[in-house]
Amino acid sequence: MNIGFYIIIFQHTNMIGEEGGWKQYEFFVFLATTWFINSIVQTFFMPNAQEFSELIRTGNLDFALLKPIDTQFLISFQKMDWASLSNFVMAVALLVYSLINLTSQPENPLTLHWSMFLLYPFFIFCGVMIMYSIMVALASTSIWLGRNQTLYNCWFYITNFSRYPMEIYQRGWGWALWGAFTFVIPVLVVVNIPARIMAQPLRPVGHQWYWPFIALAATLISVLSSRFVFKKALGAYRSASS
Amino acid sequence: MTAHVVKWWTILRISLEERFVYRGDFALGTLMRFLPIITQIFLWTAVFAAVEQASTQSGAQASEGAAEQSAAGSATTVAGYSLSAMIAYYLLTMMSRAFSSMPGLASGIALQVRNGEIKKFLIQPVDMIGFLLLTRMAHKLAYYTIAILPFAFVFYLCRGYFELGWPDMQRLVVYVCSLLLAFVLGFFLEASIGLISFWFLEVSSLLFVYNLLTFFLSGHMFPLDLLPDIAQQVVTYLPLHYLAYFPAAVFLEKIPANEMWIGLGVQALWVLAFIGLSRVMLNRGLHRYSGFGG
Repeated sequence: MNIGFYIIIFQHTNMIGEEGGWKQYEFFVFLATTWFINSIVQTFFMPNAQEFSELIRTGNLDFALLKPIDTQFLISFQKMDWASLSNFVMAVALLVYSLINLTSQPENPLTLHWSMFLLYPFFIFCGVMIMYSIMVALASTSIWLGRNQTLYNCWFYITNFSRYPMEIYQRGWGWALWGAFTFVIPVLVVVNIPARIMAQPLRPVGHQWYWPFIALAATLISVLSSRFVFKKALGAYRSASS
Repeated sequence: MTAHVVKWWTILRISLEERFVYRGDFALGTLMRFLPIITQIFLWTAVFAAVEQASTQSGAQASEGAAEQSAAGSATTVAGYSLSAMIAYYLLTMMSRAFSSMPGLASGIALQVRNGEIKKFLIQPVDMIGFLLLTRMAHKLAYYTIAILPFAFVFYLCRGYFELGWPDMQRLVVYVCSLLLAFVLGFFLEASIGLISFWFLEVSSLLFVYNLLTFFLSGHMFPLDLLPDIAQQVVTYLPLHYLAYFPAAVFLEKIPANEMWIGLGVQALWVLAFIGLSRVMLNRGLHRYSGFGG
């Protein structure tokens, strides 16, 4: 749906940001990447996270705790919402369409390298893991708060920042946001890194070679810290039943 | 008559009290709702920067290339909106949507039809649409009482984006009227969709499409002036743009003074049309409806 909005924006401008280099088809690669990550998260993790806060409220988490399996694993993969995977197909279509356009454009056509097809899925995976970590951390807070109805809202507002190229934040007080959402809650690297690898493979040669490493480090730190938060939260769990 | 008034007043009061239970959560939630505006500000700043750069480049080569450059000077505009106007527009649509959005109304009606809860309106001397309207009004009243603080705060912070300042009195009156009408229109529009459940039982996918269309065609997502001319023509004939675009456009003086009264009139006609439609649907629907069990 968002694509309609961007098609209209690109009717009025040929680029987002002065030197950002996000022209129409580059940006559509970015958008496809967003869709990939969102569809994966919504298929595998979103239903479970919602279920989790309900488990806490009703006290049914007891049953999950009793089972001889890692609790986080159990509650993370209980359900799958296959319908959300339809967006994944849409993302594939959009990505292919944009890449065809990018590789055949007259000026400065994109050349695809085999390494891109390895790195792109890998960094999408990293992005999904970061999103998953944020979700686990948010869901865990419902142990302390009893009920976290605004979980979904909170999730939506935080991930909302990840849907745009990080360059747009790099001005004025946006730098503070940029810093916070890159290094504290690393949502900006989630989409930006894989999208950049696919759409602007030439640029990392310069001063930006370190971004994939930042993404990797961010993934590791997020997964570990969400695990820590989850454990900590479980420690505070008091069953709701008698 | 007095009994009626007392009854409706009681419904309103109970709903109000119910709404005020979670005040803190409410205020925080409202403030959070402005977060997407921040990304919009940055997105549009980036877009305008690109447009400006493109026009200065082409302007250097050929002076007629600077089509987007307004005659007044260097202010860049997109579809007649300067950057400030664009951001002001987004803030104003937040305002419009605070009036016209009806979360959970249609799905609530559909649920009641499906699980048979609607029976209570058949037995009790309470009109269903009236009851829902009052609870919704209570919800909105409670919402504004608390939301006025975060709203005022954000609008105060963003006052610089309103380059034109306050519109004149006449415009302000039209603005407020169109906001109030947007509330009523939003309510009856969504109630009508919820009432389709008498025929379909499950309206969630229909609702999904409706929400998508509303987001797009009400002007919530972007000013409708950005649309190509033909699409813009079509959209003005739809009721949806009264839910977000019209009030904001009135405030920003995008609609000439004589046209805004006509617009307001058309909006009122849409309201009447949907009031009628929902009444007919409720009547017909209840005749179709069959309730089982206790």
